[in-house]
Amino acid sequence: MTLLEQFQLWLGSIWPEWAAYITPAIIGVVVVLGFVLTTVIIFIYLERRLLGRFQIRTGPNRLGPEGIFQPIATALKVLLKEDIVPAKADKAVHWLAPVIVFAPILLIFAVVPFGKGAIFTDLNVGIVYVVAISSLSAVGIYMAGWASSNKYALIAALRAVAQMVSYELPVILSILGVVLMVGSLSMNQIVESQSIPFILLQPLGFVIFFLGTVAEMNRCPFDLLEADSEIVAGYHTEYSGMKFALFYLGEYGHAVAYSAIIATLFLGGWQGPLLPPIIWFLIKIVAVFCFIVWMRATLPRLRVDQLMAFAWKCLLPLAVINLFIIAAEVLWLPESMPWIMVVLNFAFAGVLILLWSKLFTLGGGRVEV
Amino acid sequence: MAIRTEPFILNMGPQHPSTHGVFRMRVTLDGEVVLDVEPVVGYLHRGIEKLAEGRTYTQNIPFTDRLDYLASMTNNLAYVLAVEKLAGIEVPERAEHLRIIMAEMMRIASHLMAVGFFLNDLGAMMTPVLYMWREREKLLDLFEMVCGQRLTYNYMRVGGVSHDIPEEFLPALRRFVAEMPGLIDEYDQFLAQNEIVLARSKGVGVLPEDLAINIAASGPVLRASGVQWDIRRGDPYSIYDRFDFDIPVGSAGDCYDRYWVRVQEMRQSVRILEQAIPQLPQGEVCAKVPQLLRPPVGEVYGRIEAPKGELGFYLVSDNSIAPYRFRIRPPTLINLTALRDMVIGWKVADLIITFGSIDVCLGEIDR
Repeated sequence: MTLLEQFQLWLGSIWPEWAAYITPAIIGVVVVLGFVLTTVIIFIYLERRLLGRFQIRTGPNRLGPEGIFQPIATALKVLLKEDIVPAKADKAVHWLAPVIVFAPILLIFAVVPFGKGAIFTDLNVGIVYVVAISSLSAVGIYMAGWASSNKYALIAALRAVAQMVSYELPVILSILGVVLMVGSLSMNQIVESQSIPFILLQPLGFVIFFLGTVAEMNRCPFDLLEADSEIVAGYHTEYSGMKFALFYLGEYGHAVAYSAIIATLFLGGWQGPLLPPIIWFLIKIVAVFCFIVWMRATLPRLRVDQLMAFAWKCLLPLAVINLFIIAAEVLWLPESMPWIMVVLNFAFAGVLILLWSKLFTLGGGRVEV
Repeated sequence: MAIRTEPFILNMGPQHPSTHGVFRMRVTLDGEVVLDVEPVVGYLHRGIEKLAEGRTYTQNIPFTDRLDYLASMTNNLAYVLAVEKLAGIEVPERAEHLRIIMAEMMRIASHLMAVGFFLNDLGAMMTPVLYMWREREKLLDLFEMVCGQRLTYNYMRVGGVSHDIPEEFLPALRRFVAEMPGLIDEYDQFLAQNEIVLARSKGVGVLPEDLAINIAASGPVLRASGVQWDIRRGDPYSIYDRFDFDIPVGSAGDCYDRYWVRVQEMRQSVRILEQAIPQLPQGEVCAKVPQLLRPPVGEVYGRIEAPKGELGFYLVSDNSIAPYRFRIRPPTLINLTALRDMVIGWKVADLIITFGSIDVCLGEIDR
């Protein structure tokens, strides 16, 4: 039983039933919203400072101690900007797109467990819900690209659809490995069954899931949707003011959400010794996010055909093989000796990744025109 | 209902993050595939060639700074060499050495920018560029010591250079020369050991050897295609024949080779600097040249190996104080003519890196 449900039962004993039903829901929404927005602000600051360090410069350090108020100043600046809509834009779709990109991120947090029982709602199909909701933002990006009536945005929109659809498959297949081991789709159950974090039990699944989610949140080296050296700003070329701010929040919100899901699925969620669960959970989210920033600071971008080849020729077959291996192990290996599985799976992961890197090249070459 | 498709025309630039200035490409696309590219130049035209006809030979030197503004020193050098050839002026030994030192420092600075921005075009989010800038900053500090400027130096003079170097210059240059080879190794890793860079740039934007010769390509673009031609060796000017250096040559002529050649050239430039510093003689830094130079009637074509290729100045004198004709052969404009042949059939992203690999500078193209 989650904390919110206990609160609702307690309220029910003193308040009328409808009030006892609505009040915990509103409190939960406010808490989740507050959590997401503050984390996003902190992450924006963190990324800027980290990128500064990676790029032998200081990063923002003027506003407040160590520049901690810089994200707030940025937010104010963006909000005060004029909202420009191109003359030939599809006004309604152009208006709706940022909302559709941003809303699913908040919805994802409904099933993210922050601690024992500290979850908005413990859906019994939690992880399926996450997959379903997170793929909604592809629609929003496509709408933004199409409605802007800008050619760069259109290219980005078409790339978005191809990329999101392709990377969804390996991501889902690697989630299935986790689900097989847990025997449940509930996020709470997934965390509680990780006496050994799944990153050790399924290293290959973790790598596939991680790369897939990095591609889904359009981060380097898969940031083709807003590849600034090619298509200017991609799908949000024609956005300014508050709408642009929503895309910006959406980008970081995605990063927070996926970091939380990676932490939940593979790093043991809120579990950990000594410190309270919420602290452990935050540490894990920040660690994943820092790794993503590190990738962004170091790696160049893939080309669009190489991106697709990577999804279909590398990640997808590896994800299928990973699923078979996990299934066989769950079926035949004794549950009392998980360490055998750790050793076996690390060996499998090493061999398979080596094999794939030798056998497959990325992308095609010149097209005859 | 049948779905009709048609190619799609995209105007890249003049304001675009990776056109390296105000350059426009009219690109015809089939989805992501480039069907045709039409470069449109002229957005930075300042009429330097015409303006120069109304100014004296010395007054024209600052104009050359504004051609390829990432390599002002070598532009100065090319121009003053042409004027000296026209007027038959002897240059003192110390000035010749200083010129070589400046030209090679400039080559390193220009190639650092080229390699950094190539990685930026590949999408590496400014990190490599900022590392390259750190080294370029040291070079700019050195240039600032000798002439007080960081971008447009106006240092060379007809008959020599404008000032002698200050005494803190040589120790600082020695420090730079000592640490640079290690840093070049570090940057080489950015190129040579990154899977994504290799996948993106190997075999992309190939310029075949015969085409490279036919379009009169020069500089790293030509050498990457396998032609061993460097004016410092082929038609030595100044005192380059006294120095020992290799000419790195690529084989495939793709984007990767063009950058590999640039990285190797930085090593060779460091080698030349290492030889030039101990040799530096004492003496005058500028020959006695009249303020209003009146070269004899005649014409001359002076050329040097600038960082980006063969930079030539064609000067016609009518024995007045200003050139009768002042014509610039910009290396990157001529290298740019190969762009269409290199990118047809590749993707938009390849177009960007191939264009970047020519290492253009719009100040020079539009003049």
